[in-house]
Amino acid sequence: MYTQALDIPQQSADKGPRVVENPEYQAEFDARIDAGGYIEAKDWMPEAYRKTLIRQISQHAHSEIVGMLPEGNWITRAPTLKRKAILLAKVQDEGGHGLYLYAAAETLGVSRDELLEALHSGRAKYSSIFNYPTLTWADIGVIGWLVDGAAIMNQIPLCKCSYGPYARAMVRICKEESFHQRQGYDLLLAMMKGTEEQREMVQDAVNRWWWPSIMMFGPHDKDSVHSGQSARWGIKRISNDDLRQKFVDATVEQAKVLGVTMPDPELKWNAERGHHDFGAIDWDEFWNVVNGHGQGNVDRLAARVKAWEDGAWVREAALEHERKRAAREHQAA
Amino acid sequence: MERKEWPLWEVFVRSRNGLDHKHCGSVHAPDAKLALQVARDVYTRRQEGVSIWVVQADHIVASDPDAKPELFDPAEDKIYRHPTFYQLPDEVNHM
Repeated sequence: MYTQALDIPQQSADKGPRVVENPEYQAEFDARIDAGGYIEAKDWMPEAYRKTLIRQISQHAHSEIVGMLPEGNWITRAPTLKRKAILLAKVQDEGGHGLYLYAAAETLGVSRDELLEALHSGRAKYSSIFNYPTLTWADIGVIGWLVDGAAIMNQIPLCKCSYGPYARAMVRICKEESFHQRQGYDLLLAMMKGTEEQREMVQDAVNRWWWPSIMMFGPHDKDSVHSGQSARWGIKRISNDDLRQKFVDATVEQAKVLGVTMPDPELKWNAERGHHDFGAIDWDEFWNVVNGHGQGNVDRLAARVKAWEDGAWVREAALEHERKRAAREHQAA
Repeated sequence: MERKEWPLWEVFVRSRNGLDHKHCGSVHAPDAKLALQVARDVYTRRQEGVSIWVVQADHIVASDPDAKPELFDPAEDKIYRHPTFYQLPDEVNHM
């Protein structure tokens, strides 16, 4: 997913009014955005547009990579070989999504190492959803159904965002996310057909993930710091609250078929609005997790940094191997 | 100078025989052999391709986006290069 980053201010970033560096180019850029056209990597773009995209795409990439951790936790404990193969494929996809996105961010003139450094130092954020623990096997199903479901809702509009490399990466990602959501729901259906204990496990997982899932759409529109400018730039096409409502409406029916209830007594159909009403979101919890105090923040980041540092010798050895090969080739020539 | 980051490679995939290789993204890899391996893992997990090209990104020479007008506009007023420019009698206009 995880365009949540769009709404979260970053220490170093881009405040203040938009700087018009070149009025003529700016006019051309604006016209192209207004016409629904695409901006490509080497085209002129306002510096703030470039920075916003780097922040959003890289935080999206970080989320995919960190998102491998809570699910990877269950690969060795998947109940059957079939479920293990599915989960492996899904976690591999998350890695792939991270890589498509890092590549898209790099077209904006930032290096992979800089992006990773920002993640590892804690300067860059990733989606707060991954700071929640995966306590039971049912969590794997619920992550697919609700977390990836919310992700898809958020990501589909990005397939048409104004920055070409990002839009193309998102098209690829959205195709694959559909598998993620369906396998999750399928997993839960299987559990719901099982024992009473398994059904309770599913309900418990839904109870824990429901609120964090609808928080994934980010703050309410009135509190969203970057939304206006991003809408103007064609990066954000549908508002947080509209997407959240769409997600809630879609999910209610799915919960019914599954046979679970959402942990929200205020969730009910409102015929007048033609949508479901739902209870107030606990934004204190959201900001608490975003700001590093969730259950998993410390462990997740530590696991990322450890993987990166433990792999350093492999990266160095591979470069050295190539350097020697090239030198041999040069000598032979 | 110590270079720590693996170089960037652009990836082109032929989705099936009969079609061109098409650019689909990029990967980091220390050498050509691993670039192909990584590109396979990243871009063809669902039979998206039957052939992959990788080329080191700094070996690609690209046209200057600022030169778009002088490079591509001259073709704009040469509509006689298109078959539709020629109105033929109805009986033979399917030519």
